[in-house]
Amino acid sequence: MADFDFPGGIYPPERKTLSSRAPLVQAPLPGRVILPLTQHLGMPAEPVVTVGQRVRTGEVIARAQGMISANLHASITGIVSAIEEHPVPHPSATLGEVRALCIVIDADPDGQNERLFMPPLDWRASDDDTLIERLRESGIVGLGGAGFPTAVKAQVRQRHAIDTLIVNAAECEPYITADDLTLRSYTADILEGAQLFARLAGAGRVLIGIEDNKPEAIDALNKALSQALREPTAADIAVELKIVATRYPSGGEKQLVQLLTGREVPSRGLPADVGVLCHNPGTLLAALRAVRDGEPLISRIVTLTGEALDRPGNVEARIGTPLQELLAFAGLQPERLSRLIMGGPMMGLALDSFDNFEGWNSDALPLIKTSNCLIAATAEELPPAPPEQPCIRCGACETACPASLLPQQLYWFAKGREHDKAELFNLFDCIECGACAYVCPSHIPLVQYYRASKSEIRAREQEARKAEHARHRFEFRQARIAREEAEKQARREARMKRTPTSPTQTTNNDTATVRPEATSTAADHTAQLRKLKIAQAAAKAAVKKAEKNLARTSEARQSDKTELEDMETQLATARENLQATEARLATLQAQRQDQETNPS
Amino acid sequence: MSLMHTSPPHTRAATSTGSVMAWVLLATLPGIASLTWFFGWGVLFNVLFAAGLGVGLEALILRLRARPLGVTLRDNSALVSGVLLGASLPPFAPWWLMLVGMVAAIVVAKQLFGGLGQNPFNPAMVGYALLLISFPVEMTQWAVPQGLFGADAIGLGDALGHLLGIAEPTDAMTGATPLDAFKHKGETLLASEFWATDPLPPGTLNAWHTTALAWLAGGAILLFKRIISWHMPVSLLGAVLVLATLMYASDPSHHGTPLFHLLGGAAIFGAFFIATDPVSAATSRKGKLYYGAGIGVLVILIRQWGAYPDAVAFAVLLMNFAVPFIDYYTQPRTYGHARPNRGIKVYQIDDDEDDT
Repeated sequence: MADFDFPGGIYPPERKTLSSRAPLVQAPLPGRVILPLTQHLGMPAEPVVTVGQRVRTGEVIARAQGMISANLHASITGIVSAIEEHPVPHPSATLGEVRALCIVIDADPDGQNERLFMPPLDWRASDDDTLIERLRESGIVGLGGAGFPTAVKAQVRQRHAIDTLIVNAAECEPYITADDLTLRSYTADILEGAQLFARLAGAGRVLIGIEDNKPEAIDALNKALSQALREPTAADIAVELKIVATRYPSGGEKQLVQLLTGREVPSRGLPADVGVLCHNPGTLLAALRAVRDGEPLISRIVTLTGEALDRPGNVEARIGTPLQELLAFAGLQPERLSRLIMGGPMMGLALDSFDNFEGWNSDALPLIKTSNCLIAATAEELPPAPPEQPCIRCGACETACPASLLPQQLYWFAKGREHDKAELFNLFDCIECGACAYVCPSHIPLVQYYRASKSEIRAREQEARKAEHARHRFEFRQARIAREEAEKQARREARMKRTPTSPTQTTNNDTATVRPEATSTAADHTAQLRKLKIAQAAAKAAVKKAEKNLARTSEARQSDKTELEDMETQLATARENLQATEARLATLQAQRQDQETNPS
Repeated sequence: MSLMHTSPPHTRAATSTGSVMAWVLLATLPGIASLTWFFGWGVLFNVLFAAGLGVGLEALILRLRARPLGVTLRDNSALVSGVLLGASLPPFAPWWLMLVGMVAAIVVAKQLFGGLGQNPFNPAMVGYALLLISFPVEMTQWAVPQGLFGADAIGLGDALGHLLGIAEPTDAMTGATPLDAFKHKGETLLASEFWATDPLPPGTLNAWHTTALAWLAGGAILLFKRIISWHMPVSLLGAVLVLATLMYASDPSHHGTPLFHLLGGAAIFGAFFIATDPVSAATSRKGKLYYGAGIGVLVILIRQWGAYPDAVAFAVLLMNFAVPFIDYYTQPRTYGHARPNRGIKVYQIDDDEDDT
């Protein structure tokens, strides 16, 4: 049992046996896949294929843009038939369904054995940079639901000292059994993946947190762990299985950190701030496959459940598979379906543009990297919420809150739009687990109120920073122009290597105004060189700082899209400055060589 | 086919305000039964009549406010206010007394503030306090415990007569409550001498003690069903016990025993059924402890030095005033914060008005 505890929590009916009894199976290959460019947190990926192009399974079809982004791969072999907007479930369920640019691939039925995987790597023999580059290349994101690019998270060591890697196998939401089945089916792989990430993070121990309602997975893990004890590998990091009592939301990242280590993630901070890194078992498996087998993220394990399905269970399906095909595979009875939920019943997203069950339709929603569960619920199973009644301040919500907030105070403030007070009562520490709304006898959709309040506060803050954002964009443009100018200069210099005339100089950047003069003396050159090197070091530091800021903000998930975009702009500016400085440095060095070999 | 679009969570526990209130009503049954058993049919008439008034007045105001009737009436909260006020009134309270009380409770204290959830004061206690101050004679004559079916018992017809105001209770029917009698024993009389004079009609103490225990049984139901948390009853009764013990220890000849304070009046009824009204009480767990303790302290202070023999209504109303203050100063420590917030430090994020 866990050594520590978290306050509150609820015990909703688990309903996991519905899908946990059937073994994990492969879903049939889809005839067409729809691959959204935003299946992760951060910037959308940039397509690198054109319509009509033939792509093989595993081929990169869109590249990460900016630092917080992820590559996208063809999940089937076929022809790119369209790059167009489709409704997609957004990776962060708070936004619901959105229309997003997708790459559509029509399967080539004869070519499904053609694959373009990366070369296998032995992770124990590879260095960290190679492994991180492999993770980045494979487009892996957190498969537990957040969709944070794994490669960025794997570089946590640059910013934080990590002592513990937590494998979050609690899977506390009702219905979902994807992690359970993943653990049962790929026990050894997940443990190896944990070793890989523990090494990358520099963690001294691995804790696997799992709820006691998954006996088969616990058995499998125990067996694998005792086997590992019998044949120890010298480099292996100690793994400990921590079984926690079933209580929602024990699998909330912050709650699991508290349960297993007794540490609290600081407000608006990250688990890494207290030396902890959390990963979902599915992510570990995907990462190991990417490294060991060279297989990029083209499939995931997803739970298909709910009483409107004849054959609920877990399937391994290709990313981009239309949801209809998956549901049809699980035996959907359309007439019984009343609600379709992606994710769990507590925090999942209700899909409503799902209106055609007969074959493929242009508005088909695809399976995305972060979809861990699909619940096809009947009306009796998940009945509609009764009408909202006045709050009687009973305090049931407070008893249920795992973050020790005062949910009903937050509700009053949110309802009265007293945002300053809501912030004072720590609105932004709410993890939106829904425990308060679950227990509310007045059926108040509390989470909805909190989200509305949060987004209003963010909108105001954004409004306040609009000018700042505009300035950042302007700075970026200036930096880009300066960089292009410096590069042009370098090219010109290279062309006119032996021409003594000096080109016209323009100065439009203030970070590195030092300009090489063709006629300058060697002493001048040395001084300029030194100045440029200092400027280069400063520019490098600026890039590092911007990267750190961005990684932190994006991981904390408290900031929204505009904020992230702004930080990406700042990072891009810093990079442009660095490039410009480097180009100038190169020019100067070339000139100097020139002068040495050919003194005038 | 169109599917329902709902925000998470998509599943909910099977609770409702109506069922919460229904459990409260159920939990009042032992206390009401005990009161009726000892003090006659009048108690039952009070409870039923006040409850009916509660629902009727709530429906009337809802109509005037053009609010949906069904949903609101089904939350049972007006019923609870009526039952609690009815159970607090003397067994021969006439109909107009209850009407005045219920108008104050439902119309003024509850609906004028916006209905369920909006009232800063406990409605039943607003009604009770108003009646106690306005009609002290009617409100302080309690019944002699003559039972339901005894030889001297008040018959059904008499009780109905009292309710309709066509029959006055005779002197033989009325008697003081233990707290009242003890309060007015006089400075010269020692407590032991006072009790030796047999100041109360036979069986009075027994009736009050049994009733208090019956309320306790009802409170246990509420605790068991998690309708209320332990914080308020425990801190309230704890404060009463501690203060009563201190006073008794300092001077046993002029103070009631701690047990007398606990069982002799409305302390237990107040602790489980009045103070725990969630709407007007403190909200955080820690706040509930302070709130309950504050009521307990006030109950003893008013019983000791106030003009009225019992004090639950005043104590609860006074602490209702303090609730916002308590709430600001008893916020729990939120996850990830080094220390809890204290008080209110509002900074303005909307400075639009200042710019113009």
